[in-house]
Amino acid sequence: MTTTIETARGRYAVHRWSRLSQVAMASVALIVIALALVPYLLSTYATEQLTELFILAILAAMWNALAGYGGLISIGQQAFIGVGAYATIFLTQRGVPPYLAIALAAVVAGILALPVSLLVLRLRGGQFAIGTWVVAEVLGLLIALDHDLGGGTGISLTGLNIYPPADRQAYTYWFTLGVGVVLLGLVFVLLRSPNGAALQAIRDDEEAAASLGVRVEAKKLMLFVLASFGCGAAGALTLANTLFIQPQSIFGVSWTAYMIFMVLVGGLGTFEGPLIGAVAFFAIQHWFADLGAWYLIGLGATAIGFALALPRGLWGWVEHRLHLRLFPVGYRLEHDASAVCQATPAADPAPPA
Amino acid sequence: MIWASVIIQGVLLGAVYALFACGLSLMFGVMRIINLAHGDIAVVGAYLVWIVATRAHVSPFLALVAVLPVMLIAGYVLHVALIGKSLRGGQLVPLLTTFGLAIVIQNSLQQIFSPDVRSLGAAAGWITTSSWRLSEALAISWFGVLVLVVAVVVLGGLDLFLRKTGLGREMRATAQDPDAAELVGVDARAVYARATAIAVATAALAGAFLAMRSTFEPASGPTQLIFAFEAVVIGGFGSLWGTLLGGIVLGVAQTIGGHIDPQYSILAGHLVFLVVLASPRGRTLAARSARR
Repeated sequence: MTTTIETARGRYAVHRWSRLSQVAMASVALIVIALALVPYLLSTYATEQLTELFILAILAAMWNALAGYGGLISIGQQAFIGVGAYATIFLTQRGVPPYLAIALAAVVAGILALPVSLLVLRLRGGQFAIGTWVVAEVLGLLIALDHDLGGGTGISLTGLNIYPPADRQAYTYWFTLGVGVVLLGLVFVLLRSPNGAALQAIRDDEEAAASLGVRVEAKKLMLFVLASFGCGAAGALTLANTLFIQPQSIFGVSWTAYMIFMVLVGGLGTFEGPLIGAVAFFAIQHWFADLGAWYLIGLGATAIGFALALPRGLWGWVEHRLHLRLFPVGYRLEHDASAVCQATPAADPAPPA
Repeated sequence: MIWASVIIQGVLLGAVYALFACGLSLMFGVMRIINLAHGDIAVVGAYLVWIVATRAHVSPFLALVAVLPVMLIAGYVLHVALIGKSLRGGQLVPLLTTFGLAIVIQNSLQQIFSPDVRSLGAAAGWITTSSWRLSEALAISWFGVLVLVVAVVVLGGLDLFLRKTGLGREMRATAQDPDAAELVGVDARAVYARATAIAVATAALAGAFLAMRSTFEPASGPTQLIFAFEAVVIGGFGSLWGTLLGGIVLGVAQTIGGHIDPQYSILAGHLVFLVVLASPRGRTLAARSARR
């Protein structure tokens, strides 16, 4: 869809799609089909690893939606990761089939976001960041007190034992792939709708956005619920992939460290960035996690470096330098000075072509 | 009588939290940012005191006298090297960089000092073990009272500094409007750096007292950051005496919770924080702190 306007200085065109982004969108379908074939082609181990990568990509996309588009820096999304995982345990203990339980657990996390938002969305900036962190700590402590959920020592997901290991891994993989595609699709649609522009306006200046009629509270709530739903799904899928969880690790702040790293390296406030960041983090984790403390020092230092020197990450840099845009959520203005309009200097915009 | 003892313990614990919180509160008041590495910086202070005390075979109190000026300078450098640069990117970038710094500090400490739990309690000598025994169930620890006195002196000193001195006036002016302050000749960046330096030094002081009072390890920082933040919120943003009160409320909540069951100690503190946030006062709090 392109809107053009002809003036005495030439023709201006505002458009969203480029040839490249149309090709990119078409190739997404092919890539998803190719990924769906992975369990037939690769080993169970590789399938498990790729599942982990998809979960990381979901988390990065959710954190980026909050921080990069809504300006909400949360240190406490692990609250919803943990709730997603433990709600799955809770539901399977009551006879709900495991994969249905995973889907419902994500909904539980999304619903929990409503009362939580009443508390934390009162806060801004750094206060919001630590406020969400406290919520995650409280939920972790409460679950550690519950003996039916394994207390502080952790608990296994036993419901998936009915499937042979290779089949189970394949089902979990497809489920994760499906959830990832749906969630990324949701974020894409949301950002392209007028909501996307409203959210970015809130991020840039909350008062100014409100004065222009943006319903700040409602938009923030919508984004917070979506991100919590996505993190809940990621937590439930992590459980399905690893089959064991502990409150200390699933409610741990290191999830946030990973999310921040992926989003900052990939590109804060870009749609493609978190996916690149997830792949980068996955590779780094694979190669360097054995280094222990040094690995984490490296992650922290890299995040600082990107935040200061390259705030829109690798993809932001590519986008800026090469004018590439694979999945357009914004608009581009193009100016063609040669197409000077002779007749009327200031013409009405032409109808959308 | 047992409850009087529990509450007194809570007040004394709250003094430690108030010391942790005053630097956080100062940085938020002046720059509108929250330093997510505040707790970890406090732990660095504790480790520095530990090094000086064990290498030079001196009391931790004497070591603290040597460490505080170092931390003041470290705070100034931290601002110039990291926080000031982050502030140029807007209000959100300092959160990201200080969170990254927190990870770097925690893991560096773990690499250097191993994850072992340590304490400065024994090194601090008789004061950490002595107490006034008022009755069978009621005893007041000398060390707890010392921390409370130090907290009152530090918070009162900061309050006087902000209200009465020229540097304090510059700091308040910059907090209200950095651009207007620059117009009348205040170097806002230097003011910010001074605020960070003071915050880092008070954090180190709090960290050293925590280490003498109980134990510390490389991963102790985040918990202390959360407690400090809760103290600031419970006490209401913007007032240093409120921060002392907030720390005491948090400390009392934790000791009462812990007296019922040790598992409830931290949870009780979090719940008081959430209740304050949920109360109508929480709404005005958020509105007040949003105003620049």
